Amino acid sequence: MIERIAALRAEAEQAVAAAQDTATLEELRVRFLGRKAELPNLLRGVAQLEPAQRGAVGKAANQARQAVEGRIEERGALLAGAELDARLLSDRVDVTLPGAPARPVGRLHLLTATRREIEDVFLGLGFSVVEGPEVDSVVNNFDKLNHDAAHPARSLSDTFYLSEAVVLRTHTSPMQVRAMELQKPPIAIIVPGRVYRRDSDATHTPQFHQVEGLWIDEDVTLADLKGVLLAFARAIFGPDREVRLRPHFFPFTEPSVEVDVSCFQCGGTGFLKAGTRCNLCKGTGWLEILGSGMVDPDVLAGIAAHDYDPERWQGFAFGMGIERIAMLKHGFPDLRQLYENDRRFSGQFG
Amino acid sequence: MRIPLSWLHEYVRPDLPLRELATRLAMTGTEVDRIHHHGVDAVEHFVVGKVRSAEPHPDADRLKVCTVDAGEAEPSQIVCGAPNVAAGQTVAVARPGAVMPDGTRLKAAKLRGVVSAGMICAEDELGLGTDHDGIMVLDDHVPAGTPLREVLPIIDDVLELEITPNRPDCLGLYGVAREVHAATGASLAPPPWSEDPGTLEPLDAAVARVVVEDPDLCPRFTARVFEDVRIGPSPIWLKARLLAAGQRPINNVVDITNYAMLLTGQPLHAFDLDRVAGGTLTVRRAREGETLGTLDGLERTLDPDVVLIADAAGPTSLGGVMGGQRSEVEPTTTRVLLEVANWDGPNLNRTMARLNLRSEAGARLEKSLAPEQTLEAQAVATRLMLDLTGCTLVPGTIDVGGPGPQARVIRLRDARVERLLGAPVSREESRRVLAALAFGVAEADDGLDVTVPAFRRNDVTREADVIEEVARLSALEALPATLPRNRTGAAATLGVLQRGRRRAEDALVGLGLSEIAGWSLTSLDTLAKLRAPELAHVALRNPMSEAQAILRPTIVGSLLDVAAYNVAHGAPGLALFESAAVYRPGGADQEPGLADEHHALAVLLHGSVGGGDWRSPAAAPADFFTVKAILEHVLATLRVEAGYAPPAAAPASSTVAPPALARMSLDGGAGWPFLHPGRSAAVLVDAERVGFVGEVHPAVAAAWDLPAAAAVFAIDLGKVLAHAPETTTYEDMTSFPALRLDLAVVLDEGVPAALVLDVVRAAGGSRLVDAQVFDVFAGDQLGAGRRSLALHLEFRAADRTLTDDDVAPARAKIVRKLAEELGGELRG
Repeated sequence: MIERIAALRAEAEQAVAAAQDTATLEELRVRFLGRKAELPNLLRGVAQLEPAQRGAVGKAANQARQAVEGRIEERGALLAGAELDARLLSDRVDVTLPGAPARPVGRLHLLTATRREIEDVFLGLGFSVVEGPEVDSVVNNFDKLNHDAAHPARSLSDTFYLSEAVVLRTHTSPMQVRAMELQKPPIAIIVPGRVYRRDSDATHTPQFHQVEGLWIDEDVTLADLKGVLLAFARAIFGPDREVRLRPHFFPFTEPSVEVDVSCFQCGGTGFLKAGTRCNLCKGTGWLEILGSGMVDPDVLAGIAAHDYDPERWQGFAFGMGIERIAMLKHGFPDLRQLYENDRRFSGQFG
Repeated sequence: MRIPLSWLHEYVRPDLPLRELATRLAMTGTEVDRIHHHGVDAVEHFVVGKVRSAEPHPDADRLKVCTVDAGEAEPSQIVCGAPNVAAGQTVAVARPGAVMPDGTRLKAAKLRGVVSAGMICAEDELGLGTDHDGIMVLDDHVPAGTPLREVLPIIDDVLELEITPNRPDCLGLYGVAREVHAATGASLAPPPWSEDPGTLEPLDAAVARVVVEDPDLCPRFTARVFEDVRIGPSPIWLKARLLAAGQRPINNVVDITNYAMLLTGQPLHAFDLDRVAGGTLTVRRAREGETLGTLDGLERTLDPDVVLIADAAGPTSLGGVMGGQRSEVEPTTTRVLLEVANWDGPNLNRTMARLNLRSEAGARLEKSLAPEQTLEAQAVATRLMLDLTGCTLVPGTIDVGGPGPQARVIRLRDARVERLLGAPVSREESRRVLAALAFGVAEADDGLDVTVPAFRRNDVTREADVIEEVARLSALEALPATLPRNRTGAAATLGVLQRGRRRAEDALVGLGLSEIAGWSLTSLDTLAKLRAPELAHVALRNPMSEAQAILRPTIVGSLLDVAAYNVAHGAPGLALFESAAVYRPGGADQEPGLADEHHALAVLLHGSVGGGDWRSPAAAPADFFTVKAILEHVLATLRVEAGYAPPAAAPASSTVAPPALARMSLDGGAGWPFLHPGRSAAVLVDAERVGFVGEVHPAVAAAWDLPAAAAVFAIDLGKVLAHAPETTTYEDMTSFPALRLDLAVVLDEGVPAALVLDVVRAAGGSRLVDAQVFDVFAGDQLGAGRRSLALHLEFRAADRTLTDDDVAPARAKIVRKLAEELGGELRG
């Protein structure tokens, strides 16, 4: 009996080891372990044996069955793995076809992308972002910003009027007034937004975008303005940039300066590597990026809701064109392209 | 402002190359727009020559063949067409290689078969005047071969400056010279008016009289009278200077007024005194409808805001802006009254804007010059009149109004300079800078007492203005770059709207939509194309064009414009959005006169918006549900729940003209004329209308030439974000699983899905946490006019795992309520 069990086990193990596919293996499982197979029948017949034999035969038969099962399982795993490998190897796709369904790429408009970039720089420098109305009063847009009655910007040829007393804001600066009327000092804000002037050519559109900056405290200086704008210029145009302040005139700042950043194309030399004159800065080494200055004492004194006594409070304001920053950075020639929204243009940015 | 360098050098001659001077001026506040080369080029080819002979040309009656000694071994043969050329003359010769002011380079040529080695020049050919009647004849004592530039101002560099509006003093050359002096340290010559050949006692009233009726509009009026004036051409040097400065020479008297204006910044006007009726000039406001023929040949109709100069016969000149034809200087004039007056700047500014008339004089006077400048210009002009016109000066000066107010003294505190600039400037340095700019400077305890010169009276009125002078000339270049300390006590942040806007924009970009930047300005025609000509809107008073005459009351037109543009350029499938303001007439919420602006987020889909690739060739068209899915995605991103309601009533047919005064609103719920009436809905958040969604009306799509269907939504982002939670609070959704069950209910097809869900939610009890429609089915077996909605229901308890038995009562109630309230029956 024991010998027969050993022989069956050896036969089964040998057959399993020789099986070359899972179908053969399944046949072997039926042949050696199925309901009609000899080994299970032996096991079932143990009860009819002499009690003295039952233990040894039962144990041997059980061990043999477990061993065969184990071999089948092992061999099965091996063969299944090999068969899967073979099947996958023959299941090839053209990996160079495009993905499907296609997921078209959306883009922010360049103006939004640039605006956010500017906002984030100034957030990091401590300016909160606020916004104001695009339709504003002559009082806020001109009077409280110290524009005298004959200032040319007030003319019907420069500014869009809705009525005698209401204009489309010509700059984001009226929000200086609104913000100070709303909040007592100190104050540190930027104001991004749409502005309007009656102008239309390659570098002017009747609508464009500005970012205004305003920082008022007891000790904010012109040197602080320079530091803030230097940090801004380096964040936007590269770490090697320098800025310079050039005196200018704006009615609502005193002193007033225009700010130039060293040209990032020629490194401020005015000349390209080939020795030709830099076309971006026209050989000057500098690019004008914004107007700014120390807030005019009359503007501070004109704030009614809070005490902005110009003997105590002082600070700077600046205003830059988002379009100009975007044009400088990306090198497109005509501002109007931004508002054409040709996707062959706008798809290049954002 | 054009500054010929040779003229500037009469008053200040900085030891700097021209480009460095330009940079220094720019860095001290005077922008240099351009540097022009004025006059001829290749200047070595221009020499003085002597005409040895002038013989008739064999083949041309008007030409002469001249032999000219130009200082070389052999004389040159030059063919000349001037009628006045004659042997013995000393002339200006341009030899081959010379470059004329218009840029042409002279070559040796044959004229009617005769070789000509250059040309003999007339003054206009050298940029020295406008005369072309004949060649210039020079002084005989100049030897042949002398470089012409030593004799005539044939070349000059011209600085073209941009003068800021606060500095009318720099609209005169001497003012610029003062700036150059302050900026470079080069010494400054005394002003050209420091010696006045005239006298200041009152002029004999029998000669001429001036009456100023409106001194507020004409603070000072001065006049001098010159007799025995001989009108004629100005000398070459004067004409050359005017031309280099951009002024065309006319005659000696007019040229003198222009020259004195360019030098002093103060405009002047010459009257022919014999043609001043009654010998009296009266400055007064014009009468309503009064007319005046100005020197530009136009007849101007005036009103009482215009100040004019009249004589006994009526208006003769537009005060400060332009003279009149009736009293202008003519070739026969012998008695000249020279007016130099000061006018109210803002009034002149308004006058020029209203009459659409600008002049060099008005452009200076509108900036409110100092009354003191009038006598400076009189002094300069008097000298030139006496020197150049052979006249005699009638003693005395008419002076109505006198000088301006007493000079202001401003304390400049050293400490204040440092506090404002962030860097100290020594008192000595401030003193030096201010003195160079002609400010009076006196020592004070804590700084300087600074006296403002008259010509800076309007610009420098406060300490900050004085600090600017010091800063621009001595502190800016070396200013340190520091960062302010943030003492606002608050972190810098974006606002709620800005954060929400970024979130929404990014969600749309993530879905593959591209942002556009539309025009805020649009046209009435666009409203008509939107089938909404009566849409309430805000109009501009002074638009640049009909196409941009109003502020857009809806953003849909902008999206359609961009869609049409891109379709026309070969991009039929479009998924666009804009995130920007729209404008409606202001309501009670707004400040008076301002508009009701809100930030709109709007999407337009056109043509195929999916599919159409190699795996699924069928393209998905843009329709109501594709655009609504995007809207729902955005709202879900912001965690805002919305409802959708069809228009309350069918919109009025476009063929029925609405009442003329009706002002349509998009918020009334009656629908949107530019949307498909059956495929559009109001977007509601907590019963508040926040926008609309729908397919574009086919007639509107056709008006924009769109070849395929388009669908849009637009929401008021501010209203939406007011409902968005700023933070969310934790809810346990993981400890116990939810129980999900599906239900299919058959109803009349007119029952909206949202209503079904409302009934389900109301009946489902507190454990029903979600209910969604996941399938819609209609078919014959359901009966005509019936449809089946398949619903996903999700129940959840916070404290245990729910069983079917737990939710059985809720399910039964849902089924019962659907039957009772909506006539729904369970399917299958």
